[in-house]
Amino acid sequence: MKRWRAAVVPYLLILPGGLWLVIFFAIPVIVLISLSTQQGNIVDGFSQTFHFANYANAWDNYHDQFIRSLLYGGIATILCILLGYPVAYWIAFRGGARKSTYLFLLLLPFFVSFVLRTVSWQYFLSDNGILLGPLKSAGILPENFRILATGTAVVGGLTYNYLPFMVLPIYVALERIDPRLVEAAQDLYATRAAAFRRVVLPLSLPGLFAGVLLTFVPVAADYVNAAILGGTGNTMIGNIIQDEFLTVQDYPTGAALSFMLMAILLIGMFSYARALGTDEVLEVAAR
Amino acid sequence: MNARYSRRAALQLGGLSAAALTAAACGVQGAAKQQPAAQAESAADKFWKAQKPTGTVTFANWALYIDPDHQTLKDFTAKTGIKVTYDEVIQDDSSFFAKIHPQLASGQSTGYDIMVITDGLEFSELVALGEVIPLDQSMLTNFHKYAGAAYQHRSFDPGNVYSVPWASGSTGIAWNPKYVKTPPTSINDLWNPAYAGHVGMMSDVQEIANFGLFKIGVNPETSTQKDWEAAAATLKQQRSAGIVRQYYDQSYINALSKGDVWITMAWSGDIFQQNLSAGTNLQFTVPKEGGTIWTDNMMIPKYAANPVAAMQLIDWYYQPRMAATLTEAINYITPVPAVQDIIKSDAASAKGSDKATLEAVATSPLVWLSAADYARLKNYVPITSKNQATFYGIFQPVVAG
Repeated sequence: MKRWRAAVVPYLLILPGGLWLVIFFAIPVIVLISLSTQQGNIVDGFSQTFHFANYANAWDNYHDQFIRSLLYGGIATILCILLGYPVAYWIAFRGGARKSTYLFLLLLPFFVSFVLRTVSWQYFLSDNGILLGPLKSAGILPENFRILATGTAVVGGLTYNYLPFMVLPIYVALERIDPRLVEAAQDLYATRAAAFRRVVLPLSLPGLFAGVLLTFVPVAADYVNAAILGGTGNTMIGNIIQDEFLTVQDYPTGAALSFMLMAILLIGMFSYARALGTDEVLEVAAR
Repeated sequence: MNARYSRRAALQLGGLSAAALTAAACGVQGAAKQQPAAQAESAADKFWKAQKPTGTVTFANWALYIDPDHQTLKDFTAKTGIKVTYDEVIQDDSSFFAKIHPQLASGQSTGYDIMVITDGLEFSELVALGEVIPLDQSMLTNFHKYAGAAYQHRSFDPGNVYSVPWASGSTGIAWNPKYVKTPPTSINDLWNPAYAGHVGMMSDVQEIANFGLFKIGVNPETSTQKDWEAAAATLKQQRSAGIVRQYYDQSYINALSKGDVWITMAWSGDIFQQNLSAGTNLQFTVPKEGGTIWTDNMMIPKYAANPVAAMQLIDWYYQPRMAATLTEAINYITPVPAVQDIIKSDAASAKGSDKATLEAVATSPLVWLSAADYARLKNYVPITSKNQATFYGIFQPVVAG
């Protein structure tokens, strides 16, 4: 009896989570994959014809947007690291008693709708707005200069919106570092730069790794920033998927694009994890 | 087509989840029930005979598309005793269709008794799918008495079997006179290199297709696939020459007011409302080559719980007094011609800023189109399930960039 229970209980315990995963992840993904090889339209219905050409057509038509999404995602992630690491470092080591206040301030923008925050950048970056207007009338910028409706604005918006996802995991990693390790390094005649490079940076790498995952994946799939801040050549793959489902009502193409995006991101993430696997990162840290 | 501010925002948040639901729900099914008008009518007779009056009605409409204090609805309740639930749930046709179609396809009620749908792709799909109830013509007494002739004979719904208009509007060219000194008259002004980087075009495929067709001198209503390809080519050329700044949804109106966009495709009522509410001096015209006229229509979705009350409310808005109150609030084209005189007399008896506003509405060339305007206004390209894929395959790449 006891043995039987011991065998069953773990399965019972994972049942709620497992069901959740099956109902809300596995089934939708299967429907998505099935849909991606169908043909038809809304009025006559879609039928399963195993039309794998949907994938080839989708790639032919929209590979530019795929590449652009990965490029924007990469640039925004790197910018997030460059901007976010110093912030996390400062809060972790110089924040003192006010650490939680600073973290709260970092999260404060999240209390405002994501879309509203992005729209406010539209006003800020407007051709004759509060930023560019004075610079133009002072003759510093040419009259036709613009930021809005360019790739720069999109990458800027992405960086702005996802920065906290980079800062928080780095902060957590830095916070856990024993300050005495840094003191010990300096006692052993390491300069401050060397102590950072040999002690702090390696120990914070797991946080950085997590930050890259948390930032790059949503950024590459984002569609709000390109729609609000972008111009004619800045469409990302998320915008295309949205249009295929809602405007064009070409569900198979939309499904094929969604699955391709998912596959590309998963493969990318797994090879990234392989190359910089968490174990190795910890090893680096232990050195 | 005339969504109000920030609808794109809401759409984008809800968009992908709604799309995923749609995909899951209608992946395989989709029984088309194309009903010839005559057959639909006899089925309608049977349906309406079986209906009993009910005490409530639920109305799904677009945002900012009714008198702000809902006095017209309160009057309806006072007169009939029918309680109205008014929901501003429609941000645009495509996302609303994506929401209700899976429900209707699986045999569920949407919860709405009246909905307002533009005469585009989704309109014809709802009809083709049998997802709307043919109206009870015997209950449309005010409509038949007061609606203008043009609104009783519409190519997209002959005989008003499934719909009657809520309001109409036109798509033309708007400009900010601060940046555009010579008033545009031609569609070619949207292709003018002098405005490069400051021209706004609409992201809506049906809207942009019409303007591409006007540019090459073709009437959208009778256009062929060859015309579509030529129109798409000229639109792509406009984009690659750097003339187009962005393909806009409703947000074009802000871009135009701020000066990011100098000249743009625009909806007539938006420009009127923006000038009224923000004090801007934006201008609007229907280009001489042609503009688009669209109509938002009241329809009754299948499985509606209160169809009789819905019919009463639909016909309620065809009383000239109600139609006038509505037009004074929304500034779009009314299907009831008698309204103009009522607004004029309202203006005569009003005072202060109300007076100026009402006078502006009563005489606005955007609300009261001239015969010459009407002659230049064309409907959307008629899209059916047959040519839908071709049409979108040609025009979607223009805005997808």
